[in-house]
This record gives sequence, C-alpha cells and structure tokens, in this order.
Amino acid sequence: MVRNWYTVHWIPRSREVGQSWTSSVVSTIYSLLYSVPLVFQLKPGVVLCNGPGTCVPLCISALMLRILGMKKVLIIYIESICRVETLSLSGKILYNLSDYFFVQWSALQKKYPKAIYLGRLV
Amino acid sequence: MNICDPEILQDLGYRKLILQIGRGSVEPKPLLGSDFTREVYRFKDSIAGDIQNSTLVISHAGAGSCLETLEAGKPLIVVINEKLMNNHQLELAKQLHLEGHLVYCTCSTLYETLQKLDFRSLKPFPPGHPEKFSAFLDKVLGFQ
Repeated sequence: MVRNWYTVHWIPRSREVGQSWTSSVVSTIYSLLYSVPLVFQLKPGVVLCNGPGTCVPLCISALMLRILGMKKVLIIYIESICRVETLSLSGKILYNLSDYFFVQWSALQKKYPKAIYLGRLV
Repeated sequence: MNICDPEILQDLGYRKLILQIGRGSVEPKPLLGSDFTREVYRFKDSIAGDIQNSTLVISHAGAGSCLETLEAGKPLIVVINEKLMNNHQLELAKQLHLEGHLVYCTCSTLYETLQKLDFRSLKPFPPGHPEKFSAFLDKVLGFQ
C-alpha cells in the first residue's frame, strides 16, 4: 500500500518578473482569493517558502488562520541564494511577518539582524 | 571578433565548442571536423552532461547556470549583459567572483578574458549545507 506523502495544489501567480506596481496589487489580490480558501482547508502546521512573490498571499492566509485562532501556523521563509546584498520584495514583506527568516549570505544577516544565517543552504 | 570562430578557439587551445543558444537570434552553424567541432542547440532537458564533459563553461549570470557549473567543479566565465545592468542576479555572480570562484567579464572583454584565463586562479566551490536547515527544522518542530 502506498501512502500519499503530499498533495499538489495550484494557485495563480501573484506577480510576473518586472510587472508594474498597480497590476501587481490586482494580481496579488486575485492570488489571495485562491490562497485563503486553500490554506483554510489545508490548515497547515508549517508554511515553508523560498522567495517567489506567490508565497506572500499564502503567508498572509496563514497569518489570518493564526490570528483567528484556528491553527498555530509556523511561517518559515528562506531568501533566495541570489540575494547577497539586498532582500527581494517578498523578503522585505515577510521579514517581519515570518517566524523564522533565513538568509544565505552574511552581509544580509548584518543588515537584517532578525534573520538566521546558516551559510549557503544550496 | 567572433568568439565562436574555430580558428580563434583553436589558437586558444580548444577543440570543441558546444553552444546552447536558447531563443537567440544568432544561430551559428554546426561544424564537424577532425581538428574542431562545433555543436549548436537551443534547449535540452538537462545540460548537466555537457557541463560534466566540458573543460570550461561560459555563461550568463543566471543563478542556476552559475551554481550548476560550480557544483560540477568546472571553471566558469560569466559574461554580463551590459543592457541588463539592474538585474539582481548580478549580485550572486559578483559575490562568487569576489570569492574567487568564477571570472567575470562583458561581451566586449570576453576574448581578452579567454586569453588571460588561468584555471589555477579559481578556487573550488564548496557545497551548500541543506542538512543544517533540516537539523534546524527538526529542532524547531520537535522531531529530534
């Protein structure tokens, strides 16, 4: 008998690379309309994400779940290895919203003291 | 100065050139000779084999390309596209260059870079440590 270790779900992308601000807000809200029901259905114990903008609506949904007292969700964010000196936009948004925030270069950890630096993970 | 020219590359000591051209508009012709071979393709599911069989990799500053090449232990020249200066991916290539793992140039300085290239000046690239993250996660989630 094979156990299912995972399920796969699809949500619309929050933002394309280089997409304009105003349309990004619209597409992020659209993505949120999918993320909220999904996260409320799955009730995850941990949300683990690695950087793309699409993780932001999922994390916001997880925060809502927590604030409403429905589940104690842990939000863990790992910044991309490409980010050596500056945080990505997702990183900047989630730096204060996540429970554990990882960076992969020491210069970033100096700039963002709440971040955890364990060296390069990749 | 066309870097794909067999004469130029042979002068530098190379006998084979493999070009992955993506959606590029320039499409050099493949060549098959006893002294020199040039292969050209647009996409492959994986270029790991080509990287593994190479002596030198010349790439753009994409993180995937850099990391895949360095993890395979191959010398790497990263060519920066001067028209895309605000691309954040440059941060990684710059840092890896500062640490001595790769060489960094522009299209116009590529030939000179190839001439002056000293493989021994490049430092080996240590692997990343995903196990440190999993150990952390195990601790935080109480799975010890």
